[in-house]
Amino acid sequence: MSPTTDPIETALRSPASEAKSAARRFADRAAQRGADLFYAQEASPLGELLLVAGRRGLIVLRYTPTDVDATLVELAERRSPRIVESPAALDPWRRELSEYFDGARRRFEAPIDWQDLAGFRRRVLAATAAIPYGELESYKTVATKAGSPKAARAAGNALGSNPLAIVIPCHRVRHASGGLGGYTGGLERKRRLLAIESDAG
Amino acid sequence: MASVPPFQQTLEAHADAVWRYLRGMVGGEAAEDCFQETFLAALRAYPRLDPDSNLRAWLLTIAHRKAIDHLRRRRRGQPEQLGDEIEAEREPESDGAIWGSVAMLPPRQRAAVLLRYGADLRHREIAVAIGCSEEAARRSLHEGLKRLRETL
Repeated sequence: MSPTTDPIETALRSPASEAKSAARRFADRAAQRGADLFYAQEASPLGELLLVAGRRGLIVLRYTPTDVDATLVELAERRSPRIVESPAALDPWRRELSEYFDGARRRFEAPIDWQDLAGFRRRVLAATAAIPYGELESYKTVATKAGSPKAARAAGNALGSNPLAIVIPCHRVRHASGGLGGYTGGLERKRRLLAIESDAG
Repeated sequence: MASVPPFQQTLEAHADAVWRYLRGMVGGEAAEDCFQETFLAALRAYPRLDPDSNLRAWLLTIAHRKAIDHLRRRRRGQPEQLGDEIEAEREPESDGAIWGSVAMLPPRQRAAVLLRYGADLRHREIAVAIGCSEEAARRSLHEGLKRLRETL
């Protein structure tokens, strides 16, 4: 092939500025119909969040930068590769989160997709989802509600793998002794979430 | 288990090539519709795609079909010279002359030229996208380029 100094080839290779916006329009449309999963990266007072939802509800709410690509690749393999980026499609969850951070929302109502959650892990997360706003429970209490009073440590592990930070409020679980315990997003975030809830309460 | 990457990655990686191809093939205005149809068809078929496929060539094959369908519909509506219609609806650009000339090429030569330089496909991939032999693809590309150089 002749070198790229050829004016014809150069013109034919010229970048298409419209391609990016056409791709965005496609992704938003596909999120309404055709795609199985849609995601958005959203700024928040606790840093950037990754939200992924499907037709049944929210599947992932994670602090970033965790590896966004790795999360999406994993979902593509496990759920469906029909994944598009569409902040608009995440609006119901983004709105509730923003209200929550403003202290104006005490419970999340937009649907959650529980499909990937099973067994003890699911029972732990369901028990955690039922902890009221601004209140704290111990790992032991959560384990008991999940049907295994002696499995406080296992309950802690289940909470450590909570796919839906904030929305399933694992930040409301701590040690019976009063210690704050752990938090996947880091203890500073756990403290700030509890501070939001005590200020608003 | 290997699988195709999340569709968004594929969309972002190849949107440019698909757009450049369609812009030259059907004109800027119709490119939007063809672009949307191309990626919607791709999204539908995506989970069944062999992960080892050449995604760009696959997308351009779909885009080519959508462009040809579009040109056929347009021809049925208006029995004029294709190139004239495309040229007429194209907005004036700095390199408007070349796009006018591209639009005047017969569809197969136009497709070959655009797939080669707009979408960066190899001869073998152009042949698959157009549905002809590699030799015929080479010839269309050569003829198309020759014509372009003559008219400019």
